[in-house]
Amino acid sequence: MSANHLRLPPFGPKFGGAAEYIVIPALALFSSLVLFGIFVASFGKNPLDLYFYMYQGAFGTWFSWQNTLTRAAPLILTALCTALPAQLGMVIIGGEGALLIGALAATGAALVLPSAPPLLVDVAMALAGMAGGGLWIMLSGALRHYRGVNETISSLLLVYIALAILNFLVEGPMRDPASLNKPSTYSVGAANMIGSIPGTEVHWGLVYGLVAAVLSYILIYHTVFGFAARVAGGNIRAAKVVGLSVGRLILIICFLAGAAAGLAGMMEVAAVQGRANANLAAGYGFAGILVAFLARQNPLAVIPVAILLGGINASGGLLQRRLDLPDASVLVLQGVIFVMVLASDTLYGRWSIFKGRAS
Amino acid sequence: MTFDTISRRRLLQGTAALGLGAALPIGGARAAATTIGFIYVGSRDDYGYNQAHAAGAAALKKMAGIKVVEEEKVPETDAVEKTMESMINLDGATLLFPTSFGYYNPHVLKMAAKYPKLRFEHCGGLWTDKDPKNAGSYFGYIDEAQHVAGVIAGHMTKSGKLGFVAAKPIPQVLRNINAWTLGAKLANPKVTTQVIFTGDWSMPVKEAEATNSLIDQGVDVITCHVDGPKTVVENAARRGAMVTGYHVNQAVLAPKAYLTGAEWNWEVLYPRFVKMFTAGETIPNFYRGGLKEEIVKVSPYGAAVPEAARKQADGVKAKLTAGSYVIFKGPVTDNKGGIAIASGVSRGQTDPELEKMNYLVEGVVGATS
Repeated sequence: MSANHLRLPPFGPKFGGAAEYIVIPALALFSSLVLFGIFVASFGKNPLDLYFYMYQGAFGTWFSWQNTLTRAAPLILTALCTALPAQLGMVIIGGEGALLIGALAATGAALVLPSAPPLLVDVAMALAGMAGGGLWIMLSGALRHYRGVNETISSLLLVYIALAILNFLVEGPMRDPASLNKPSTYSVGAANMIGSIPGTEVHWGLVYGLVAAVLSYILIYHTVFGFAARVAGGNIRAAKVVGLSVGRLILIICFLAGAAAGLAGMMEVAAVQGRANANLAAGYGFAGILVAFLARQNPLAVIPVAILLGGINASGGLLQRRLDLPDASVLVLQGVIFVMVLASDTLYGRWSIFKGRAS
Repeated sequence: MTFDTISRRRLLQGTAALGLGAALPIGGARAAATTIGFIYVGSRDDYGYNQAHAAGAAALKKMAGIKVVEEEKVPETDAVEKTMESMINLDGATLLFPTSFGYYNPHVLKMAAKYPKLRFEHCGGLWTDKDPKNAGSYFGYIDEAQHVAGVIAGHMTKSGKLGFVAAKPIPQVLRNINAWTLGAKLANPKVTTQVIFTGDWSMPVKEAEATNSLIDQGVDVITCHVDGPKTVVENAARRGAMVTGYHVNQAVLAPKAYLTGAEWNWEVLYPRFVKMFTAGETIPNFYRGGLKEEIVKVSPYGAAVPEAARKQADGVKAKLTAGSYVIFKGPVTDNKGGIAIASGVSRGQTDPELEKMNYLVEGVVGATS
């Protein structure tokens, strides 16, 4: 994956190249849907029903759209946790851990400010969440840079440590004694809960995700810092030769990546759960990995891909209810899409249609 | 049949259904057909918690004028809110059964406040009078069934060592461990129960490890309180140990090793609720019961269980069913030598103190933290 980043153009001047980046993923998606249709047909279900219900459940009504966007919101942020370090050629898959630590830190911030005004509490929660998640992934980056520990393994293992910390704190020091059979922390307070975007029922996490994705895109493709990161991602020795501080790049990028996932965790507490408990470990961090890879690690492409996956998840319920398909069928579709998109990587630059204009 | 005609027809059907759902007033829709939504946190065929609820849903499907829609593996996040709304908006569901404990706060509460004309029935017994009136929460005193199963376990053990694979040291789980152990001690006062906590509700690998480690320590009868007992039951049977089941009847998984088990009886409760609902009566917001109310039941005894054990267990079951028997009756000592329930104190099923249980009774080997 990593070697490709320098080839990614900033969606801009090279019209043919840009078209290639739209047509090939679209083809991969289309063929995945066809394959999934065949799969479903082999179970005796009508694939046309399948496509209709998928459309209806994901985008067919205003309610379905909100359902899709609600599910997409945390995925944009957790996908950035993988997509940002990927610019440096790092494969971080521990967004789930950063989300949990961010959620815990945010909860802690709210609980130590019991009588502060809600706006202050929310800002403190967001900062604590981002700091917590950021430091968590920075730990992986530091282990990689200073000790040569593989960041993929370390970030994954840190997820389990984060989960253990969550369970320990929620069932121990931070536990609300009234939460008898569902160990939870005290509530962050109804007044501090972040509401929905006006006119919708989608929480503000979606907007934060969009902003974070756009900022990440600008950072990576339109700043000197981002250029340095991509140089280091392309060839780390070359980057060192030209005098780039690779360690600093790694730590900062990892912090930003973790901060995005930490913010997702903060939103889960402040907009959804209202407290920290085991419900937070819902797998958004892991789904984010899928989103980042499908988006080919482009922070901007993360947005439509997250919405697509949100839509697939939203329609999954309808497939279960109308077609009597098991929940796992949605996983099959996600897997097929994943493989098709990765396989389609080999098609880039091979079709003369795109080449003529691109060069 | 071209793609065009089918998709257009489907589209029209779908649009019509949507329009219909929106146009019909909530009450009016009931007479024709009531749509009931079931939501499970795990898979419907887990031989455990979720399968027990799915069996209840299956009982509703046999009723006339009832349509059941189901969704499995819905996490305890805003995903369950959206699933409820999707069932309401796209399927026209008017009664919902979000069956996982963690769905209640805040998700069921939020949806109940948003859809005041619809009914939400949650499993867990969490409703208080501060909560919306159109929400309800029911639960069963399954420790009664565990107590009866414990009697059988006490009879069957040869080593005197019983094993319990448990998820978390929370009151509901501790109550099952204690009730099972107290039952076993009725049959054999010397038995001990070794308990292992796996830390979460669905940890198949740890459950298998715990089962093996218990058997290595000489345990010969095992039970569990996890979401899907399949792993524990199959592993125990493979290693030659006996089991008493939990949630549903697992006899098919281990016909010889399965002695009996504590089961939910949702296939009795759900039709009862739905009859109240369709008749326009109010389902009680807070609804709990045990063997007497037929909310829990004991699995039929396995072939290996001798007559004496059956007789004693049936005796306890009969008294529990009659309501003339108290499991947690003082004096009860905890396993640290302290007094859990003083002499002369009798804690009946509805005693709120039992909801806060934080000890393991004497004879249980293990710690709550």
